[in-house]
This record gives sequence, C-alpha cells and structure tokens, in this order.
Amino acid sequence: MNQREKEEYLREYSILKSQGKPFFPYAVAKDGLMGCLVIAIIIALSIVLGAELGPKANAATTTYTPRPEWYFFFLFELLRVIKPPNFVGLATIGVPTLAMILLFLLPFYDRGPERHPLRRPVATLTGIFVICAMAYLTYLGANAGPPTENDIPAPAAVLAQGKPAVSEFYLGRSVVAQSGCEACHLIGSNGNNGPGPELTKIGDRIPPQAIARTLVNPTEPMPSYGGSGGLPAKQFSAVVAFLSDLK
Amino acid sequence: MPKLPAVPIPPRFLPQPPPPGTQRGRPRTPLEKGAEAGKSAVDWIDERTSLSGGVRWALFRKVPKGTNWFYTLGSATMIAFLNQAVTGVFLAMYYRPDAGGGAYESVRYITNDVFLGQFVRGMHKWGSSVMVILVFLHMGRTFFFGAYKYPRELNWVIGVVLLILTMTMSFTGYLLPFDQRSYWATIVGVNINGTGPLLGPYLSDFLRGGPEFSATTLSRFYSIHMLLVPGAIAAMIGAHLYLVAKLGTTAPPWLRAKPEPELVEEQL
Ligand code: HEC
Ligand code: HEM
Repeated sequence: MNQREKEEYLREYSILKSQGKPFFPYAVAKDGLMGCLVIAIIIALSIVLGAELGPKANAATTTYTPRPEWYFFFLFELLRVIKPPNFVGLATIGVPTLAMILLFLLPFYDRGPERHPLRRPVATLTGIFVICAMAYLTYLGANAGPPTENDIPAPAAVLAQGKPAVSEFYLGRSVVAQSGCEACHLIGSNGNNGPGPELTKIGDRIPPQAIARTLVNPTEPMPSYGGSGGLPAKQFSAVVAFLSDLK
Repeated sequence: MPKLPAVPIPPRFLPQPPPPGTQRGRPRTPLEKGAEAGKSAVDWIDERTSLSGGVRWALFRKVPKGTNWFYTLGSATMIAFLNQAVTGVFLAMYYRPDAGGGAYESVRYITNDVFLGQFVRGMHKWGSSVMVILVFLHMGRTFFFGAYKYPRELNWVIGVVLLILTMTMSFTGYLLPFDQRSYWATIVGVNINGTGPLLGPYLSDFLRGGPEFSATTLSRFYSIHMLLVPGAIAAMIGAHLYLVAKLGTTAPPWLRAKPEPELVEEQL
C-alpha cells in the first residue's frame, strides 16, 4: 500500500466507524453471549466426556502409544508423510519453522490494499489449502489406531533352532508390540510406515550389535530403550533377537 | 487530543430537570441518595487515578458498521483463556509436581476424591481443546477478512505470538498428569523438538532440564505451564486488546462507505 492508498483506507474506515454503534453495550452484548456459549460447551464436554487418567507413567515397562493431544496430530502426521529419513529434519521442524516464519511475516509480504477475500484469490486459496491439509492430516492421525499388536509368525529358521529361540522370539515380539515401536515403524503389516524406517527385514540390513546400539543410542526422535531407565536386560535382548530374526 | 466518546445513555435514563412547579428543596428519595453515593465513590477514585478517561476511550468507542458474529471469536478465545486460568488455579491447589509418583497420585486424587474434581479437571482439559479451536478460527477470520493489513500488522504479529504460546501451553500441560500416555508423548515431542535447526537441541535440553528426561523435567514443565506462559499470554492479550481499541476493529471487507447524505447534498 502506498501513501495514497493508506490515506484512502483510513478515510473510508473512519466513515464506516462513525456510522457504527458504541462498543458498549452493543458489541459487549454479542461478545458476552458468545462467551456464555463457549463456557456452556466446555461444561457440556466436561460432563459428557469427563477426564480420564491412564496408567501411571513408567520408564521401564512400556505399554504406551506416543500419541500427542489431537491438535498436534497434524505435526506428527507431517513426519510420516515426508518420509525419506534425510527429510525428517525438514518435516519436523523445517516445515513448521518455515510455516511460522511465513505466518509471522504475512502482513509484510502481502501488502496489497485489497481486503475482500474473493478479490485476493492467491491468499484465499492458500488459506483454504492449508486448512484442508491440516484437517486431512489430523484425520489421518486420528485414524492411525494405537498400534500395540503384532502377528508375525516365527520364521522357519527360528523354529529350526528349537524351543528357547522360539519363545525368545515371541517375547521380543510382544515387547516390541507393547513398547510403541509400531507408532513409528512398520513391521510386516503392523504399525505405521514412518517416521522411522520399515523394520520388516531389519535383520538382513544390520547386525544384532547395530540394532542393540540403535536401541540404546538412537537418533532422535526415537526414544532410547537401553541404559538404566530402559528395558530390563531379558526383554532388551529378546527385542534384539526378535529384530535380527526378521529377514 | 481527540474528543472522548460520550456515554451512550438512552435519553429516557438521562437525568431529568425537576418538573416545573415542584419544590426545589424537596428531601431526596433513598434511591436518589444511593445513586448519589455511587457517583461520589466513582468520583473519589477518578480524582486519584484519572481512570475514567481510559475507560470511556475503551468502552464507548464505536465499532464499525456491519460488525458481525465472526468478530466475537477473539473475545471468545479470551473467555476460554480465562476459563483455563480459573480452573487451573483450582487444580494447582491439589497438584504436586513430583515425578516420583506424587504427581500421578495427586491427579488421581483430584479425579476420584476431590469434590467436583473430575468436573474441574474436565473443564480444564476440554477447555484447552476449545481454546485451540477458537484461536485458529479467530486467526482464520482475521486472515480471510484481510484484517492483518495496514494499519494492523503489529496486531497480527502479536497474534502469532499468542498462537505459539497457546500451543506451548497444551504441550507442557499434557505431561502433568504423568500417566503413560503423557509421559511417552512428551518424550517423543521433546525429541522432535531436538531435531530442529539451530536452536532445536538447546530447546529440548532446556525443556528437559538436561540431556535426559528426569525428575526436574516435570517441575520445569509445571512452572512453564503455570507461571511463565500464562503470564506471557496475559501480557500479550493486554497488548493485543490495546491495539484493537486504539486502531478499531476492521469493517467487513465487502462494505464500502457511503458518504453521509448531508455531505452529498453539500457537494452539489
Ligand atoms: C518416535 C518414533 C520412534 C519410536 C517410538 C521408535 N523408533 Fe526406532 N527409529 C525411529 C527413527 C526416526 C529412526 C531412524 C533413525 C535414523 O535413521 O538414524 C529409527 C531407527 C530404528 C532402527 C534402525 C533402523 C535402520 O534401518 O537403521 C531400529 C532397529 C529401530 N528404530 C528399532 C526400534 C524399536 C525396537 C523400537 C521400540 C522399542 C523403536 N524403534 C521405537 C523412530 C522411532
Ligand atoms: C490468545 C489468543 C487471542 C486472543 C485472546 C485474541 C483476542 C482478540 C480480540 C478480543 C480481538 C478483537 C476483535 C475480534 O474479536 O475479532 C482481536 C483482534 C485481532 N486479532 Fe486476536 N486474539 C488472539 C489470537 C490471535 C491470533 C493467533 C491472531 C493471528 C495470528 C490474531 C490476530 C488479530 C488481528 C489481526 C485482530 C484485528 C482484527 C480486526 O481489527 O478486525 N489474534 N483479537
């Protein structure tokens, strides 16, 4: 907007303003009514849905699904959509940081005098696109069910090794299923594909020591499962055995 | 100094001169005495603070023609914030930020034993969702109405800060019940933060209070959640509303000003 457009806007605005009504009581009455509606909705939600409390936090046992509050789903899903691991940094903070910077600076790069949404097609369409994308990602996140099951059968090579190997395989499988690994990893047909790499054939790709090292010292955002606060030794080695048997 | 707007009192309620023929020195009725006392109390405060000018300026300014229900979304957000503040105070009376089990126990106690505890906790929990939805709706309204343009750029920037602060509230509050869900979601969330460019690792170290998730992490989240960010939000809302009163809210973008009829005639 140049100086003339600014002055035109201010003149126009002062006419519209002088033809309006006083803030008190007219706008205050509307705001008050809306405020009552908001409080009524909150009270109704609280009565109908209550406030649940899950099992107590426990750093050692791990029946959890790392699910954020629903309005963060779109961020979490973004991690999943922009998949290749080298892009993860871009997806998590890169895209949100970029979006925040664009949001902050909006009034400084969109300086046209036009305000009508239909006569600002680029801004309006971008806005609608962002809303749809966020709604879609939230929907995806809401339907990424809590992945706590795993139905991979023990492969023939493990069965051939006899009973202890088979039971260790199944112990590892259930620990993996209950430790939330599948929130980030796809294993066979279980879990979510991303942000972590698929683990279906992880045993082919890296040796057991490397798997153990990853569990103790993972690259973020994967949490660490080793060390003093992590899985007990028996469960830990079962997980490593289970993963290295996936070939 | 522009003239301050007058109080919009309907003519019916304006003080009437006594009807002709009534006595001057008639004793005043109790109602009149009460009104007089109220007035002199207000005068007493105003003599010492000069607040009345500011109040008149903020309350009796005009809002432009065509202001509709979309314009209530901002104050609705503020109501949701006040709801969080009030219910939060009651929760803080019972909550203990003790990662050793005290936190979980205190929330369990609030939920199961405190009178109306679950109700207040529910209002706080669902109020947060409502507030987030309202912030986004309000932002959408100002975006589609082009309300971020001259001269309201700064108010948009303050708004984005409020948006970030609101999301920070939800993120830090989610950990406090210290159940499995909140614990693990927060670990992953802080780790995601850590992957960010430049400040990422420092930010997640600051949030955790060290390289590892520990007992201090919970008290850190607690103080951020109930002191730091709410204070910042309150201050920012103050600045936001000052600018709203100063600049006036926009008129809907489809309205064009028609000059007053008197002015049109004058131009002929
Ligand atoms: C928050 C999401 C998340 C969770 C939960 C998670 N991981 Fe990961 N994991 C990742 C990411 C992201 C990577 C990729 C890191 C990298 O490329 O260095 C990864 C990498 C790995 C790797 C190395 C894969 C390779 O190809 O190098 C293994 C093995 C692994 N995870 C196993 C597990 C197991 C077992 C669990 C559960 C006990 C688990 N993960 C839980 C996100 C997660
Ligand atoms: C805690 C959150 C917030 C509160 C309590 C709040 C409150 C308000 C209120 C009461 C108004 C008056 C007019 C109206 O209600 O529409 C307003 C106007 C405005 N707000 Fe907010 N707001 C918040 C967040 C935001 C955000 C996130 C943005 C955008 C990024 C924003 C941008 C604006 C702008 C540009 C105006 C001027 C609108 C106009 O003049 O028409 N606000 N805000």
